[in-house]
Amino acid sequence: MAFTRRVDQEAVALQRQGELTAFPPLTGQEAAQVGSAYALQRQDFAFPSYREMGVAIVRGVDLVEYLRAYRGDWNGGLYDLYAHNFGPIASSVGSHALHAVGWAMGAALDGGGKAAIVYFGEGATSEGDVHEAMNFAGVFRAPAVFFVQNNQWAISVPVARQTAAPIHRKAEAYGFPGLRIDGNDVLAVHAATAEALERARAGGGPTLIEALTYRLGAHSTADDPTRYRQAAEVEPWRAQDPLLRLAAQIDDEDFTRQVVEEVEERVRDLRTRLLSAPRAEPEEMFEFVYAEPPATLAAQREELRQWHS
Amino acid sequence: MAQLTLVQALNQALRHELREDPRTLVFGEDVGRLGGVFRVTDGLQEEFGERRVFDTPLAESAIVGSAIGLALAGWRPVCEIQFDGFSYPALDQVITNLAKYRGRTRGRAALPVTIRIPSGGGIGGPEHHGESPETYYAHTAGLKVVAPSGPAEGYQLLRAAIRDPDPVIFLEPKSRYWTKEEVDAAAAGRLGQARIVREGTHATLIAWGAMTARCLQAAEAAAEDGVELEVVDCRSLVPLDVDTLSASVRKTGRAVVVHEAPLTAGFGAEISARLMETIFRDLKAPVLRVTGYDIPYPAAAVEAAYLPDLDRILTAVQKVLDY
Repeated sequence: MAFTRRVDQEAVALQRQGELTAFPPLTGQEAAQVGSAYALQRQDFAFPSYREMGVAIVRGVDLVEYLRAYRGDWNGGLYDLYAHNFGPIASSVGSHALHAVGWAMGAALDGGGKAAIVYFGEGATSEGDVHEAMNFAGVFRAPAVFFVQNNQWAISVPVARQTAAPIHRKAEAYGFPGLRIDGNDVLAVHAATAEALERARAGGGPTLIEALTYRLGAHSTADDPTRYRQAAEVEPWRAQDPLLRLAAQIDDEDFTRQVVEEVEERVRDLRTRLLSAPRAEPEEMFEFVYAEPPATLAAQREELRQWHS
Repeated sequence: MAQLTLVQALNQALRHELREDPRTLVFGEDVGRLGGVFRVTDGLQEEFGERRVFDTPLAESAIVGSAIGLALAGWRPVCEIQFDGFSYPALDQVITNLAKYRGRTRGRAALPVTIRIPSGGGIGGPEHHGESPETYYAHTAGLKVVAPSGPAEGYQLLRAAIRDPDPVIFLEPKSRYWTKEEVDAAAAGRLGQARIVREGTHATLIAWGAMTARCLQAAEAAAEDGVELEVVDCRSLVPLDVDTLSASVRKTGRAVVVHEAPLTAGFGAEISARLMETIFRDLKAPVLRVTGYDIPYPAAAVEAAYLPDLDRILTAVQKVLDY
């Protein structure tokens, strides 16, 4: 969690320095992401939205390969999704919920023992695909966990403008359990997610988890939250900072100091590796469109190659 | 070789793929017990069980979205969208995800998903049951777009589409569903090759799907007046076999493209542009298009006046001959 927080800050700084094109910070949501991700087993599959760097870290994704998506080198990230069972960065809000359900249906057809978890925010619960995904999951009893980080704000729109009903209760309409948890309590998040995943792996069907949390930063580095929310609203949530709460639970200053030092070193290393990583070449844009490029595409690639030679 | 309708030929293709690859799945609305509203999946659930051939809730976006997830888990989904006009709720999944996933994952996740869509008009259907959506898909990089013209083509191309490593939009000409033809179940198809259906010398008619048969009828009528028309069935719009099209038009010097979809930005414009770019000097007349009009697909009572017919095709042929 400490590493996630520190990388998050570093990524925002890198954007300000012109090294990243944009970045959506997750500060305030570390407990929800890290706690749920540690409940996953190797064979499970996580489908992130665009703000799940904390989950990526727990899944072992190389952050250079992750952050190069925000450096503008490759949409979706450069990491191998199957090496970490962590899907590509999904920027289309809510549409990846269906992929998680399909993957879960496929895992069940293969005999079970695996679960999918999909991450999205409360804003995504207004998208039709999320409802279709929950309905499919209910009907097929797919081993899927819908993990909603209700961080209160979808850019400038508050949760009250997204839905007139509590999010966790939507599960009822699709025939499976839904629960609301304290998303800033990492142990509570872990326990609730572990239970939901275990039920899914055992054939008990899907679960919706609404983790109440707060986006302490901006929606992205292009956003200015002072235009739509008061500092007075943010302050009480700062007191609920998941890192402070965890540090209070650990109650060991030497240990936390040691963690902070370790984290600094890892972030320095990450920064160096990220900035020295090769940049994307124009010709790469023609890669991976088809298994074999059709003649027209091969001709266009050749045309571009000549322009750049 | 058996005489089969297009419905039966497609059913055979699905059956053979389900038999040969245990990872192949068939799903969609009413495809299970009912066997599909056109009976293309008739008897498949009985033979392969509810695990591999199943009905879904009525939600097109979820059908395609879950197909993506199933493919990520190593399955080979063949999903049915019941009618052309109902394929649009799934368009976001197709454009945003299905077409882009190979790229987004740097080639690590291939999505061998086939989406079957009964397409086109001419069967007296209600609203949303007669549309030709090929352009939407052809304009989206990452997809292949296949449009068979009859039973033999349907069988071969569907098998090739299912085996293809890329997502394929498979547009079935519903007005041809009940046409019978000899089908060679041993013949393997290949995507991306056009087919000369009829040889001729005076002009080339270019079509796909149901309009291929109409062009053949037009060619037969023209032959009675001594005009020999060549007819080319594109079979696949993406990839498009430009070489076969241009070779034919280089020979005849004249071309008319015929499609059911509206004129403006229809796929005929793409073909016309390709011919102009590749064989401009061999053209003896501008490439003309005979298409649906630039209106929403009309009501059943007047659809015959909307669809390209022999008179409109032959008038266009006369124009390119007289040019």
